[in-house]
Amino acid sequence: MSFNAVTSSFKVARRRKSPLAETLQIGALAGLAAIGFALIGAYVAMDKRHVVEDTLTLSQIAYALMAIAAGFVAGRDTQGRPSGSRIVLHGALTGLVAGLCVSALMLLMASVSLRSTLVAASPMLTKALSLGAPIGSLQALAQVPILGALLGMIGGVFAAMPSRYRRALTCGFAIVLIAGLFRDVFVSVLDNVPDFNGPEAEVFGSGGLNRVPALVLLVAGGIFALLRDRWNAGHNPARRARSSKAGLVLLLVGVLILPLVTNDFVAQVAMLVALYMLMGMGLNIELGLAGLVDLGFVAFFAVGAYTVALMCSSGPLALVDVSFWVALPVAVVLAAGAGMLFGLPVLRVRGDYLAMATLGLGEIIRVLVLSDALAPYLGGSQGIIEIDHPRIFGVSLQSPAALYYLALALAGVVAFISWRLQHARIGRAWLAMREDEDVAQALGIDPVASKLLAYTIGAAFAGAAGAVFAALVGSVYPHSFQLLVSINVLAILVIGGLGSLPGVLVGAIVLIGLPELLREFGEFRYLFYGIALVAMMHMRAEGLWPATTRTKENARA
Amino acid sequence: MSKALEVSNLTVAYGEIAAVRAVSFTVEAGEIATIIGANGAGKTTILNALCGLRDVRAGSIVLGGEDITALPPHERVRHGLSQVPEGRRLFGRMSVAENLEIGAYARSDHAARKHDLDHVLELFPRLRERYRQLAGTLSGGEQQMVAMGRALMAAPKVLLLDEPTMGLAPQIVDLVSDAVRRVNDEGVTVLLVEQNAYSALEIADRAFVLESGEITLTGNGPDLITHPRVRSAYLGYDA
Repeated sequence: MSFNAVTSSFKVARRRKSPLAETLQIGALAGLAAIGFALIGAYVAMDKRHVVEDTLTLSQIAYALMAIAAGFVAGRDTQGRPSGSRIVLHGALTGLVAGLCVSALMLLMASVSLRSTLVAASPMLTKALSLGAPIGSLQALAQVPILGALLGMIGGVFAAMPSRYRRALTCGFAIVLIAGLFRDVFVSVLDNVPDFNGPEAEVFGSGGLNRVPALVLLVAGGIFALLRDRWNAGHNPARRARSSKAGLVLLLVGVLILPLVTNDFVAQVAMLVALYMLMGMGLNIELGLAGLVDLGFVAFFAVGAYTVALMCSSGPLALVDVSFWVALPVAVVLAAGAGMLFGLPVLRVRGDYLAMATLGLGEIIRVLVLSDALAPYLGGSQGIIEIDHPRIFGVSLQSPAALYYLALALAGVVAFISWRLQHARIGRAWLAMREDEDVAQALGIDPVASKLLAYTIGAAFAGAAGAVFAALVGSVYPHSFQLLVSINVLAILVIGGLGSLPGVLVGAIVLIGLPELLREFGEFRYLFYGIALVAMMHMRAEGLWPATTRTKENARA
Repeated sequence: MSKALEVSNLTVAYGEIAAVRAVSFTVEAGEIATIIGANGAGKTTILNALCGLRDVRAGSIVLGGEDITALPPHERVRHGLSQVPEGRRLFGRMSVAENLEIGAYARSDHAARKHDLDHVLELFPRLRERYRQLAGTLSGGEQQMVAMGRALMAAPKVLLLDEPTMGLAPQIVDLVSDAVRRVNDEGVTVLLVEQNAYSALEIADRAFVLESGEITLTGNGPDLITHPRVRSAYLGYDA
């Protein structure tokens, strides 16, 4: 709330400037973003990835998007003033300014060596930025601003056109981007289709889409979006809700057959997504339903993982060596117990303080595991190794696909339990506590019991995730239980939509699945996270797949 | 008549400052009692202390013969105390139906709950029209009806109302007053806290004037309307 107030007052202050100054400022901001993008090495890294074979690389798309976005923002902010051509002009101007910033960087790199301080300011960057023209030539320096102006103009046109067409273009472009970026996944799917030999060679090149299929996809995506808009406009909300349900079913079917139609790598990524879904649903009980912030969530994950490690390892630290199926319930129960213990000291703490308290408790678990005192039992930083794979009917679950289905089955069970809890008496009590703790108490809801229950159940889910994690990796180390895991889970909920079960799935796919598939850009992963979170808070604060009450709220607002 | 609520020597403090000082009063079963007073006199503090949302420094609260001073808030609901909070404080993201349902959270008697729900919808027919709508999207008057309905769903013996007419249009004020009277006719004891002294005194069997955390006047409602001090201080007449 306070954040909104800050940004809206900022907007009011900005509006008072003259349109020209505003446009120049937006252009300069985009230019600075482009320079930063280049100097951290992202440009060169992403330049190697072709989205459209031999035509467009990922970094070129990133730059184009910056210019178009700047043009769009400038165009949108000048709206309400008379002419459409003026909007387009402002768009072009921002793009030009942004392009000039990049040219300035090129000029600087040509005349001074930045390399000693900025590793990424390499000859490769200069070469990539000059797009094949001789380095330092007038052509190299002029073409980026010209391109920028053109793209900014497109952004301006974007701002001026009816939203229907804007959505269509965005949809077509998104489809091309996804198809090009995840070429490997699609190729592996096509490879698995019998009697369908060779078409992937026509659609996909060695690194991305071919030109003609890219164009076809762009047009097809646009037409699809236009048709969908028309369909939605002509039908009532109930029917639209049904089509959203159909979307959920499609998503579930895709999730179910995924490892069968792709390769082991994708199955492994999917397994990680399923694990994070398990944790996400646990935190969803605590944060999404009961409104309890928890930055120490990884602790329960650790408890589950170490329980399985101690019970199923054939190594020297094992306490017993039993089947995974015996250890799993023990892990869940122990994690639940940990959650309850965890809840006790932080019960009286609210809001920001709760975040800090849970952060500390989460770290305590990791430090304890690392400590010398517990090293003889838990292996310290060496961890516990040689954990047996789970067996089912005498068959050892070893392949990524088999383990994926194990994680998925658990996720399904947990999703069902979550869904029932959400609509049960206790679910109502949690929602009431989240909205107004005083009133909830005055209506007869026991705050201590309901909070403890939220912590306990959330922790139990995380414990199940940890148990699967241990069985899947075959070893556990303290460094797998960093604060970052808790933050990832939190980000999944925020991106997907707090309190929404499908949101957890979507959030885990977007924040865990996609970055894993784009491993080569691993070092920019958290940059992507940051941008995604800020963008989400601005444009779609309720999440990608919000809980139903929030959609209702927005529809009526 | 038996005593529904007996408050003796109630003192509530925020840090060093006592907001309510040794207040004692009794509400008989089946009557409407009101506490009137200026802004900051301590009215809401008393109600919150009765509900257990404020810690009591000294004194005791006896509800229907049972001492509830030490009970946590959610236990007091089970003993028959229910509050309509100041500013309504509905769960805006829940529907009217869900708000009413959660009012009966502390109860396990299913059949009686259904009966009470029908009763609330009869008392406020507007809520039947708005039944599936999100509570946050209702008008102020409708929200007040939901807040009262929610409190009634707990099947209270004593109903506490904190400024139920605040910010409402005059016709809605009358509607709320009518509802309070009807609820009272059905045997629910009512303790009403109001700044809008006139409408409260009109329907009150017993009234207390609260000034700076102390009760300075006690009497029946209509008598106090004519009391010169009340007239000058709360009803806007010249003394």
